[in-house]
Amino acid sequence: MAITADNLSKHFGTVEAVKSLSFHIEPGELFGFIGPDGTGKTTLFRMLTTLILPDSGSASVLGLDVVRDYKQLRNRLGYMPGRFSLYQDLSVEENLRFFATIFNTTIEENYHLIRDIYVQIEPFKKRRAGQLSGGMKQKLALCCALIHKPDLLFLDEPTTGVDAVSRKEFWEMLKSLKAQGITIVVSTPYMDEASLCDRVALIQKGEILNINTPGDIVAGYEKPLFAVKSSRMYELIGALRSFPFAQSVYPFGEFVHYTDSRQEAQSEELLAYLAAQGFTDAEAKRISANIEDSFMALMESRTSQENS
Amino acid sequence: MALAEQTDHVRPTVITTERLTKRFADFIAVDAISFTVQKGEIFGFLGANGAGKTTAMKMLTGLLSPSSGEATVAGFDVYKQAERIKQNIGYMSQRFSLYEDLTIAENIRFYGGIYGLNRLAIAEKTDALLKRLQLEHARNALISSLPLGWKQKLAFSVSLLHDPAIIFLDEPTGGVDPITRRQFWELIYEASANGVTVFVTTHYMDEAEYCDRVSIMVNGRIEALDSPRGLKERFQATTMDEVFVTLARPTAAA
Repeated sequence: MAITADNLSKHFGTVEAVKSLSFHIEPGELFGFIGPDGTGKTTLFRMLTTLILPDSGSASVLGLDVVRDYKQLRNRLGYMPGRFSLYQDLSVEENLRFFATIFNTTIEENYHLIRDIYVQIEPFKKRRAGQLSGGMKQKLALCCALIHKPDLLFLDEPTTGVDAVSRKEFWEMLKSLKAQGITIVVSTPYMDEASLCDRVALIQKGEILNINTPGDIVAGYEKPLFAVKSSRMYELIGALRSFPFAQSVYPFGEFVHYTDSRQEAQSEELLAYLAAQGFTDAEAKRISANIEDSFMALMESRTSQENS
Repeated sequence: MALAEQTDHVRPTVITTERLTKRFADFIAVDAISFTVQKGEIFGFLGANGAGKTTAMKMLTGLLSPSSGEATVAGFDVYKQAERIKQNIGYMSQRFSLYEDLTIAENIRFYGGIYGLNRLAIAEKTDALLKRLQLEHARNALISSLPLGWKQKLAFSVSLLHDPAIIFLDEPTGGVDPITRRQFWELIYEASANGVTVFVTTHYMDEAEYCDRVSIMVNGRIEALDSPRGLKERFQATTMDEVFVTLARPTAAA
C-alpha cells in the first residue's frame, strides 16, 4: 500500500477536524479527496505529510509510520500546500535550486521529471516568485514539489480559484506524472474533478461519506432522478417541492434536479402535475446521477441519521 | 433563455457599456467592450484569470474611472456619477464580506447605516432577513462562529439590504458544499424574480448554466455573449465548460 490510515483523528479545541478516518491508497493511484472547505482535507494532508501529529489512530505512507519514521518519509514525499508557500523574494530559478539543494540533489539530475512543466515558466526564470501570475505560481510550486523525485505527491487544493482552462492543463500534468509511476493524492472542492481520479473519497465534516471509483459512486445512486426545466425556474423549484412525492429538489444549472420518493415514478405524471400548476412549457427527463447528486444524497442521509 | 429573448423589448436596460476601455500604461486591460444587461436578468461574466473581468467590474461599480468609452449603471454615468452608482448597487465577493468579530445583527446594523437606512428600517429589515434565512436564533452570534455557507447566504442578503437595482457577485460560491451552493443559487433566482439584476462571476462552469445570458472575456475583449443554450449551439458543445475552454485560451503571458 502507498498509504494506510487506521482510525486517524485530529481535533483543534472543540472542533473535530478529522474523525477516525480509515482508508488505503494503492501505489500508482491518482486518488482524490473531494469535499468543501473546512471539512478536514488540509488537516488530513498535514498528518500524512508528517507536519502535525495525529491525536489518535495511525497512518503509514510508503510503508513508513508518519510519526516514528517522519525523517525518512520527508525525503520521499512531495507536498504542494494549498497556500502558495515558496519564497516570494527569490526568483523562479532560485526557488527551484533551493528546494533541490535541501534535498541533496540538483535541478539537472531530475530535470526530466519537471521538464514539461518547467519549460512553460522558464522564460520567466529570473522573475521573483511573488511577481508571477496565479497559473505560473502553481506550476513553479509543482516543480519545487517534484525536484527531489518523490515517490508520492500530495497536492492540497491545487486548482482552487484557478480558471477552467488552467484547471484542465493542471490535470493533464497530473496525468503525465502518474504515467511516470508517481502516486498522487489530491484534494479539491470541485466535484467535477472527481471523474479525473482513479478513486475518490467524498469527505464532509471530517468524515468519509463514500470511497470508491467515480463510476461506482454515481452507479450507487438509488432514487429516480429527473432533470426538469421551464422558463420560470424560481417558481418551478417551489412547485416541485409541493409535489407530494418529492424527495429532493435542487437547481442544477439550466435544469432542476428532482428525485421522487417512489421507484416507479414517471416523467409524464410529473409533467401533468406541472401543467396543472401552469408550467405548460415544462420539460422533464429521467437522467443518471452525477457526482454532485451523489454527494448531496450522501449528505442528506448523513444529516437524517444525525437527526434521528 | 426563451424568457430573456421574449421580454427583452419590455424590460428596461440597467447596464449599458459602449466601447468601454481601461488602459494601464501600455497594457489594455479592458478593450472596448459593449453590452447591455436588462432588469431582473442573471448575467454571467466569465473569463480566464487575467482576462480583465475584475477591471471591468471595478469600472461598473464606480471604483475605477475608465480610460475611454461610455457606460451607465442603474441610470448613472460611470465618469460623473460614481457615488450614485455605489448607492444603487450591492456588491459581494469572497474577499469582501461581513465583519468576523461583529454579530449578525451588528453587521446588518453597520451595513444598513452605511447605506443610509434609518433605525426603524434597519430593525424591520433585520427581522425580515433573519426570518427568511431561518437564522433568528443566531441573531447575536459572531460571524466568525458561523459555517461558511451561512456566511455567504448572509453576506448576499446584507448586500441587498438597501434594495439595490443591481447586485454584483464576484465568485460568490467558492469552496462551499453542493447543497449550500444550490441554496445560494435559489437566493439569486429569488432576487432576480423580484426584479433585481444579478451580475455574477464564477469559475464553476456549471454555474454559467444558471444564467440567462453569459459573456466570455478573453484578453480584455468580450469574445462571446449569448444564452448558455445559444453558446453551446454555436460552439457545438454539450457543456459550458467546453465552450469556455474553446474560447478562453490563456494569454501568452499567463
